[in-house]
Amino acid sequence: MSFIQAFSGGVHPKGNKNTHDFPSIRLDDFSSVEILLQQHVGPPCACVVKKGDHVDVGQLLGRADHPMSVPVHASVSGEVKDVSFVISATGAPVEAVIIESDRKYTVAASCTPPSIGSREDFIKMVREAGLVGLGGATFPVHIKLNPPKGSEPDVLLVNAAECEPYITSDYRQICEHPDEIIDGILAVMKWISIPRTIIGVENNKPLATGILDHELSKRRLDTKKDTNITVKSLKTIYPQGAEKMLIYALTGRKVPPGKLPHDVKVLVMNVSTLRFIGKYMKNGIPLVRKRLTLDGSALNTPGNVNVPIGARIPDVIAAAGGTKEEPSKIIMGGAMMGFALDRIDCGIIKANNAILVFGSREAKIPPESPCIHCGRCVTSCPMNLMPTGIDQAARLQDTENLEFYYVMDCIECGCCTYSCPAKRYLTQSIRNGKTLVRAERTRVQQEQKLREAEKVRLAEKEGRA
Amino acid sequence: MIMSLQVSSSPHIRDTVTTKSLMRDVIIATVPAIAASGILFGLRAVLIILTAVLSCVLFEYISRRIMKRDNTISDLTAIVTGILLAFNLPPTIPFYMVVIGSFFAIVVVKQMFGGLGNNFVNPALTARIILSIAFPNDMTNWSALRGAFHFVDSLSGADLVSSATSLAILKTQGLEGAASLPSYLSLFLGDKAGCLGEVSILALSIGALYLISRKVITLWIPLTYIGTVMLVTGLVGKDPVFELLSGGLVLGAFFMATDYVTSPVTRKGRILFGIGCGLMTAVIRLYGNMAEGVSFSILLMNILTPHLDKFTMPKPFGEVKKHGKA
Repeated sequence: MSFIQAFSGGVHPKGNKNTHDFPSIRLDDFSSVEILLQQHVGPPCACVVKKGDHVDVGQLLGRADHPMSVPVHASVSGEVKDVSFVISATGAPVEAVIIESDRKYTVAASCTPPSIGSREDFIKMVREAGLVGLGGATFPVHIKLNPPKGSEPDVLLVNAAECEPYITSDYRQICEHPDEIIDGILAVMKWISIPRTIIGVENNKPLATGILDHELSKRRLDTKKDTNITVKSLKTIYPQGAEKMLIYALTGRKVPPGKLPHDVKVLVMNVSTLRFIGKYMKNGIPLVRKRLTLDGSALNTPGNVNVPIGARIPDVIAAAGGTKEEPSKIIMGGAMMGFALDRIDCGIIKANNAILVFGSREAKIPPESPCIHCGRCVTSCPMNLMPTGIDQAARLQDTENLEFYYVMDCIECGCCTYSCPAKRYLTQSIRNGKTLVRAERTRVQQEQKLREAEKVRLAEKEGRA
Repeated sequence: MIMSLQVSSSPHIRDTVTTKSLMRDVIIATVPAIAASGILFGLRAVLIILTAVLSCVLFEYISRRIMKRDNTISDLTAIVTGILLAFNLPPTIPFYMVVIGSFFAIVVVKQMFGGLGNNFVNPALTARIILSIAFPNDMTNWSALRGAFHFVDSLSGADLVSSATSLAILKTQGLEGAASLPSYLSLFLGDKAGCLGEVSILALSIGALYLISRKVITLWIPLTYIGTVMLVTGLVGKDPVFELLSGGLVLGAFFMATDYVTSPVTRKGRILFGIGCGLMTAVIRLYGNMAEGVSFSILLMNILTPHLDKFTMPKPFGEVKKHGKA
């Protein structure tokens, strides 16, 4: 097996990949869905439907006007019941379209396989498909594919590390659709003109590595040509799938803080994102369904499901077998970086790759105790930061020391909190610290502006006098 | 369907290691040395350790009560302090002095500075230094005795044979005293004069191996500490193996200098900390007017720890700029 380079730090949480061997089940029995009009990092979409409209699967709901935005489509066929603001999983008010499903899943006539003639066509197609990075960050893919001049990527990295505990949806994606993944990769390589691709898989998933290798050798035999795609096995350690750590492991390049992968001439895409591209080129149906892992101690039957985007979490849980105990905590995303929900009936969003339903024992968070200075957070930080120092500065609201400890470089992976024997809420404290520093920076900028304005005003006054 | 959900910031899972489990491991690691001191010095040694532990726990309990703070005796740190304090006392020490030492360790050094995590020097070591300054005679009243078979005699002190530690012999008598020095083997097994916990290098090594295998401590501090002492003493023509096996070096390097609260968190900081301890120990042993310098050197490096941490802060992953801000 090829070499495995790893970043320093990281932790080894219990994998809990209980759902590895369960094929994904398609769930369709939803009476209504709630589709947010902002499921990407850019500004929200403009709603193009109104109450009472009939919509089909794949029909446009939200038009993307801002270059960073990505359109949103209907995931069920039926009648628009309402367009109103709801509170998203992260706590922000977002406009949402509520559709009552007719359970027929009629596909809109506009959904036809795209014809691509150029790089521009390809990027436009990806955007029109409503595609965002499916690894969780929801960065618009069309922006990623179009880096500034001079930083064109020389390698495509496919993130199939899936280092978060519990989550197996990417793994199932590989097991069930290796052909469409390779189709997607080849399309990106062709249209964005990237000479080679490396797929990174953690070495606790040998079957996934084997399936991809098999698919690649099949292609080689069929076309009698080398695909320039290699599969590399990565050390199983959290957060191996974090973008910067993955780039380092596969290429040895380090992305400086505040920079993007294209700054080191790399394009990183999640394996599910590529599979979607491969599938979209065949059927032309935009991103309206999502595969996710359902797990956690409160569930009857953990597994992987394929659901329409916007399906409400309680409906998904009920359709997938229900709960055996009252859930104490519901997490959208993984156990290390996901969001704990306070509103249960949120709709599934594009970024979702797991819903974890914890029972009371699993949800229990131990109380904080004093820092004993053991250094475990420092050793485990993949960014080489000093979480204990940041924590102290954040609690004292000392922005000068926060900057000294490079608080803004934190990727919030959670390794420090995970490893802390005193059970301190380090990641939470660091997030607070980041907010403090952002506020302070804004204040300083504002002050500067005011001072300059004052200077101009005084100069003008003098000029008049 | 759901009435109330718990909301918290990620991550939502935690490692099983806790402060308490780490302290439990340290206590387990001291068991061989406790046993060795019982065998070598007799029942009195065990009673001294027991006195130190009980008085430390009691002082911790009382001071938390007086300060109206959550009681912390269940985190086991007071027990660790008690054991380590007793390890640094001679077997003949009067029991009331042990209690005074515990008072300084827990009340003055630890709780008055804010309790666990906030003391800037090692409580057990500081208490030992205070005792050795306050009661110099009792703190250097070494006795080489065979306690194992004289439990009752040893209680009355009748069987105690006054003796000097190997380091003291070397210091006061120079090479002429070499003839009365114990062999490497007796130094290693603990058949020599010295503090309760420091004499048996064999027992301490077993404990140290346990701490390392349980990942309670890393090797950076002990290795650099011991390495520096052996290197420096070797360079000036002393016997480095003798220096390693004598006095409190092994106890200090594995059990005292690695105290989390008072040692650096960064790898480079730990290396510098170990080298600093080693240099000071060697200099005190070679040129100081005391035979032993482990306590003082660790104490001095404890004070430097916050600076070592700031000075050796690692460069963030991918960071290219230095701290360029004025």
